[in-house]
This record gives sequence, C-alpha cells and structure tokens, in this order.
Amino acid sequence: MTPVKTPSANPLAMKERMKVPRQHMPEQLAQIRATNFTEVNLGYPAELARQEALRCLECAKPACTDRCPVGVKVKEFVQLIVAGDFLGAAAKIREDNVLPAITGRVCPQEDHCEGGCLMGKKVQSLGIGYLERFVADYEQQHLDIKNIKRAAATRKKVAIVGSGPSGLTAAGDLVQKGHQVHVFEALHEIGGVLVYGIPEFRLPKQIIREQVDYMRAMGVEFETDVVVGRTVTIDELLDEEGYDAVFIGTGAGLPQFMGIAGEHLNGVYSANEFLTRINLMHAYEFPRYDEPMVELAGKNVAVIGGGNTALDAIRSALRLGAGKAYVLYRRSEAEMPARAEEVKHAKQEGIDFQVLTAPVEFLSNGQGWLKAARCVRMELGEPDASGRRRPLPIAGSEFELPLSVAIMAIGTSANPIVQSTTPGLETSKRGYINANPETQRTSRKGVFAGGDIVTGSATVILAMGAGRRAAKSIHDYLSTGAW
Amino acid sequence: MFKIVHAAFIAPGIKRFVVEAPRVARKQKPGQFVILRLYEQGERIPLTIERSDPERGTINIVVQSAGKTTHLLNSFETGDRILDVVGPLGKPSEIQNFGTVVVMGGGVGTAMAYPTAAALKKAGNRVIAIVGARNKELVILEREMGEVSDTLMITTDDGSYAEKGFVTDKLRQLIQNGTRIDLVLAVGPIPMMKAVADVTRKEHIHTVVSLNPIMIDGTGMCGGCRVLIDSKSEFACVDGPEFDAHRVNFEVLVQRNAMYREAERRSMAEFQQEIEAKRQTVRQELEQLCGMNGSRRDAGATVEGRRDAGAAVECRPDVDATVGGLR
Ligand SMILES: Cc1cc2nc3c(=O)[nH]c(=O)nc-3n(C[C@H](O)[C@H](O)[C@H](O)COP(=O)(O)OP(=O)(O)OC[C@H]3O[C@@H](n4cnc5c(N)ncnc54)[C@H](O)[C@@H]3O)c2cc1C
Repeated sequence: MTPVKTPSANPLAMKERMKVPRQHMPEQLAQIRATNFTEVNLGYPAELARQEALRCLECAKPACTDRCPVGVKVKEFVQLIVAGDFLGAAAKIREDNVLPAITGRVCPQEDHCEGGCLMGKKVQSLGIGYLERFVADYEQQHLDIKNIKRAAATRKKVAIVGSGPSGLTAAGDLVQKGHQVHVFEALHEIGGVLVYGIPEFRLPKQIIREQVDYMRAMGVEFETDVVVGRTVTIDELLDEEGYDAVFIGTGAGLPQFMGIAGEHLNGVYSANEFLTRINLMHAYEFPRYDEPMVELAGKNVAVIGGGNTALDAIRSALRLGAGKAYVLYRRSEAEMPARAEEVKHAKQEGIDFQVLTAPVEFLSNGQGWLKAARCVRMELGEPDASGRRRPLPIAGSEFELPLSVAIMAIGTSANPIVQSTTPGLETSKRGYINANPETQRTSRKGVFAGGDIVTGSATVILAMGAGRRAAKSIHDYLSTGAW
Repeated sequence: MFKIVHAAFIAPGIKRFVVEAPRVARKQKPGQFVILRLYEQGERIPLTIERSDPERGTINIVVQSAGKTTHLLNSFETGDRILDVVGPLGKPSEIQNFGTVVVMGGGVGTAMAYPTAAALKKAGNRVIAIVGARNKELVILEREMGEVSDTLMITTDDGSYAEKGFVTDKLRQLIQNGTRIDLVLAVGPIPMMKAVADVTRKEHIHTVVSLNPIMIDGTGMCGGCRVLIDSKSEFACVDGPEFDAHRVNFEVLVQRNAMYREAERRSMAEFQQEIEAKRQTVRQELEQLCGMNGSRRDAGATVEGRRDAGAAVECRPDVDATVGGLR
C-alpha cells in the first residue's frame, strides 16, 4: 500500500518548528485539584492545539506510527489539525483507534508514539497524546451520533466477553464489518478498568459513556450482569445461543497480596477494592451513593507499588482528605512503571514518594485495625528476570511508619472463571489464556482472546492492539470458515 | 432490569422475592448466590438463592432487613424492578451421599441452608435439619425444611415455639445420643456458625459453613471478601462461600464485617429520616430507566429478545400490580 501523500499545510520551515516550545497542557492547580475528583488536565483549546501541531517535523518514516501498537497515522492526523480540519483528524485516528478520547488521556505516550518522536531527541517530543485528546474531544462535541452509518449485515454473530479496551476495540471493529456484536460484561457498567480502576480525575466516566454510546449507535449490543463461565458458558454461547465466534477479553482482575502478616487487618485494601469503591461505586460521593469508604480525613495512608494503579489509589486517597499520603515502592523511581505524567502530577499534589522501601508487616492497634507498617529500606542488586535491578533489603534498616490505611497495588493475576469453565481452552502456567500473538486464536475453534487475560496486566493501548488483531482474525475466520 | 414477580413477608422483617432472572435461574446450584444493586446510587450486596425455577426463569431470594439496602429492598413489592442481579456466583455446595448430614439454619440462614439440604436429601443422605430462630415468629421455612429432611428439630432462643435453646444444644444432644454424623452444614449468624464449629471440632465431624463477608463485585476482582482460612487469605466469592468450619478464622470475619459499621449507621439513620421520599424517588428512577430504550432491558426480555437489544424492552407501568407498599 502506498502511503497517501497529504500536502503539508504547515507554513513553518523545519528550523522554525524546532523553536516552538511544547505547548503546556492547561491543568487544575495542584493545591485545588488535590481536593476534588474533577479532571486534572483541562485540554488544549483549539489555538494551542494548532500551535502544538505546527511542531511536527513530518518525518518521511515516522517512528511515532511504528511505535504505536495500533499504528495511528500520527503525521497525517497532525497535518489535518494544522489545516484546521479537526473532524478529519478525528476520522483519521479512528481508522486505527476506536477509543481516541481514552488513549489520548491514559496511554504511556513516552513509551510509544512520543518515545519515537524525532523532536524528542532534539528538544521535546510532540504532544501527540494531547493532540489526540484534543481532536477526540472536539469530535465528541461536534459529531451527531445519529448520523453514524451501520454496515450491511453479514448475519454472523460474535460474542465479546468483557468490556475493557480489548473487548470494546474488537466490538467496534467487528460491527463495522457488519457482524452482529454482543458484549457480555460481569459488572453493571461497561468499560473494564476504565470505569472501575482509573479515577475520574484522570479519565472522566462521561468519556467512556460517550464512547459506548457511539458504539451502540454503530450497532453494538451490550449486556451487563453476565459473568461468563457462571451465568452462561462459552460453550453455551457457541452451541445454544448461535454465536459464530467468541472473543475473550476478561482482563487480569485478581488482586495480589504480599502474604505478609497483618494483611487481613481492617484498613488494608487491595487497590482494586479501594478504586472500585471509589470509581465504580462512587464512594467519594457517600452518602449520596450508598457505598461507604473508611474515613480518610487527616489519616496516614500509603500505597504499596509504583504503577499507575498505585498512583491512582494514593491520589484518590489524597482527594478524600488523607493527611499524609505515601507511595512505598521497593525499587527506585527510574524503575517505576507508572506514566511519567502521573508521577509528575502526584508529586505536585504533595504525595510523599518513599522509594526503595517495602513493608514487611502490618501492625494492629489491638482492635483489628491497622496502626502502622513495619518497613525496610532496599538497595538495588543485580538485574532480575524482568531486566530491572533486583531490590534487596538492607539489614538493620527497619522502621515503623504509622498508618491507618494501606493499599496493596503490587499487581494482579488472571481471573480463572472463564478458563476453568471452558474445556479445552489452553492456559499458561500462571493461568493466562494461550493465544497466538498475531491471530489471537486460542486452542478452541472459534474462540479468540486478547488483552490482559493473555499478556498479564499491561496497558490500554496494548489491549486495544490485541482487540484489533482479534477482530481482523475473527473477520477472516467468519468469511472463510477456515481455522 | 429484573422484575419482581412476587414479594411477600414470610416473617417480621423477612421477605421472600421471586425475581425474573432467566439466565441465573437456568444455572443456579445449591449454595450459590447473586449480587444485586437496587438502583443507580445503590451498593452491591450478596444474597443466597433459596431456589430457582428454570422453566419460569425465576429465582427466589429471602431478605432480612438489616441495613439500608435490605430495608429498601424489603419495601419493594410485586411488580417492582431491581436494577442489577448478577449470578449465580460462588462455588456450589458439594453434593454427594455422605451418609448422615445435619443441616443447621440460624434465622434467615435457614433459607440459605434449604437448597443444600434438599440436594443432599436427593443425593440419598439421611438429613437431620435443625432450625433455630430468636422467637416463634422468626422461624422460617419450617414446612420446606420438613419436606427435605428425615428429622426436623426447631429451637427458639426464648422458648416461644418448639424447644427453648440454641441449635447447638440439639447438635450436642445428637452427638451425646451416639448419632453417627458424617457432615454438618451450618448457615446463620457468625456466632452461631462459630459455636457449631466449636462443638464439632472436638468430635472431628467434618463441618461446612457458608460465610457472608462484605463483597463488591463477586467475581474475585476486588478481594474485599477475603477471609482467613488456616491463616491464608481466600476470597469468599470465588473460593467459597462455603468453607471448612474448622479452618475459618471467625474473629477476623467479625472484625472485617465491622469495617463500615459507622458509615452503615449513618446511611441507615439518614435513610430512616427520609424513608418515604427515598422509596418514591428510587421507584420513579427505575420506572424511567425502564422506559429508556437500549441501555437497560428487563431480564425477561433478555432470553427471547437478545437479538434486538434495544427494541426488546418489556416495560409496562404495572400500575395495578401492587396494593399499598411503595405506590
Ligand atoms: C488502576 C489502574 C490504572 C491503570 N492506568 C493505566 C494507564 O494510565 N494507562 C494504560 O495504558 N493502562 C493503564 N492500566 C492498565 C489497563 O487499564 C489495562 O491494561 C487494560 O484495561 C486491559 O484491558 P482488557 O480489555 O484486557 O481488560 P480490562 O480492562 O481488565 O477489562 C476486562 C473486563 O472483563 C470483565 N470480565 C472479567 N471476567 C468476566 C467474565 N467472566 N464475564 C464477563 N465479563 C468479565 C471485567 O469485569 C472487566 O470489565 C491501568 C490499570 C489499572 C488497574
């Protein structure tokens, strides 16, 4: 396929483009946002977006696209922004990415598109995520979903299990091919981690609702309150309910604990529970919503871990009034897997990062509630299996940190419900579903899988990439019948 | 949405609901539960399924008014709707011919013990049922338990009906009389289950209890329902709800269940002040939601109408379906 050459509307010479500074993302002031759940980033106004778009060097071989798991045509959509065609830019992104308002906000751009940006090597990379977010939001405000056209029906039925980014992407792609797509979700809301995990201040739920409405308008059907494996099995979907193919995108939902003493104390949470209470169940709006949360006002709270989940949890705790909010991370800041922007924002908000530190025991106040964590300082040794330097405890460095609440964000594992109720579905030793990395096919005919349930917990964009590959492969299977 | 096709109090503060939930009804096995959320601002609470009718596509749940959600639910009437019902969740009870089993139900726990008792009876066991309640009025499912057991014993704390005492008194008697017991299943308040475990531990009688920790999603995702089993954390929603009573740390269960007591009290107090207003708004909201095409359908429409999610909304105002109650 020869790339379509779009004539550049960029009036600036290359040298001048390098002189334009990266446009700052307007955001709520740190002191103010630390007390509310409203989105931190406010979004570019059109002028800033155009200004930022002018910085694109329009590389002949854009590394940004190569490094994007779904291959968004960055150069082309940025050129459309320069030309002032924002809806055109949105449509260009949608060719490869059905959830741009979401990835524009939560993708670790520094690891993908922006990490590949030539500008980044010289000055500062192009704000690709910010631009993506801008056009997606613009489209949302200006698009009438009533005008969305539905594809001609193929009479093939596909069941999607799980409504996280992998499932939503697969659903969106398949419905555009004219297949009848039905999404089954265990929870009462659609969106997976996007609704139960990532907080409002980073990804407003309204955005997910809008994306879901968009997909509904395209013809996708959603059914909540169905735990596949319990409420209905994969075999029943295929044999009794007439589905021609099934995609499993059930995520890596099972929280892990450290197995140290005192983890059962009141006040010790998994990050999943802490965030689910706050996001899915709106505990931050108690008592308007019924779901309660322990009182955090003025209390010492710590999260254990250094990923996005950890930062989301502790920043939520801060917003619920925590007096002192710590991140306890056993490696150094350089190894932290969280998005760079989140670390920056968390620091601005006053989160206390205690790196190279890990709890070894949780202590009780004598009445079953957490009182303190006994912690140990760490140093980094030789690289481990992950390639990162292994943290080793420093002898004699133990200390007590007074805490009322501790949140475990040390990772998740595979939810076994689907695997254990689907005969012949092969899994890895750790319980993840084995799927071909290109076709996302599993060991069962007509059954495909992708996202965190295959890879272990990863990122939104990687899950979307898997959903996209699965959709293509499901379409091939439905068209040819060949397995 | 899930329609209540029948609702009636079976004892003071204890109400039985027959709810249209065809997918759940088809799959339910004894010992399993559902999680429900009454309305948009509601919390998710687990409730054991008393029985189901796969043909009619209904499940029965028995609810005792305790906190805000159960109080609100118990004000719902025939014809009302529940926003979310998901299940069946949890591992089913282990059913086989053990020999002689003693099934013990304490209070509303009797409704949860009932389906397992029935299945154990069907599997060829000799079933001795012991049902306990605070007083005569609170004895539930007496007839049903009688039907599925070889012997039925009843105790009331105050002696207002049958024998005065606790279910454990009866259990001890059985043991003293030399009755060979192969399995004990106890479902009820935590102190009762703990007391049963203490009695049978000494006798080395295999004992199973059904635990009721705080839950949110019910699929293993949040870990809120973790219980200490032999000092190891397990999730009641996916590893349970039934566990070997002699390995359960009841103290931690009590402690964790008390985690939100303050908040629950506050919720309940505010709810009591505006109980009527609250009922009205919730009813109206659910009615409105039901009228909205697409996003939420009746569960009844799900099975036949799955092909056309948006159009299959089966919502009638049911104006004359209830007498009194909320309307
Ligand atoms: C708090 C948090 C913050 C994160 N932040 C970021 C970030 O900033 N950037 C980023 O790129 N990534 C982030 N991630 C990771 C990212 O969210 C995940 O990698 C991604 O959501 C995985 O998508 P998925 O489609 O595989 O599954 P999920 O999003 O996990 O969705 C799975 C869905 O399947 C449902 N399900 C499970 N079992 C069943 C069943 N048996 N039947 C029916 N439905 C079922 C679940 O309820 C869920 O809705 C974060 C993760 C967390 C937890």
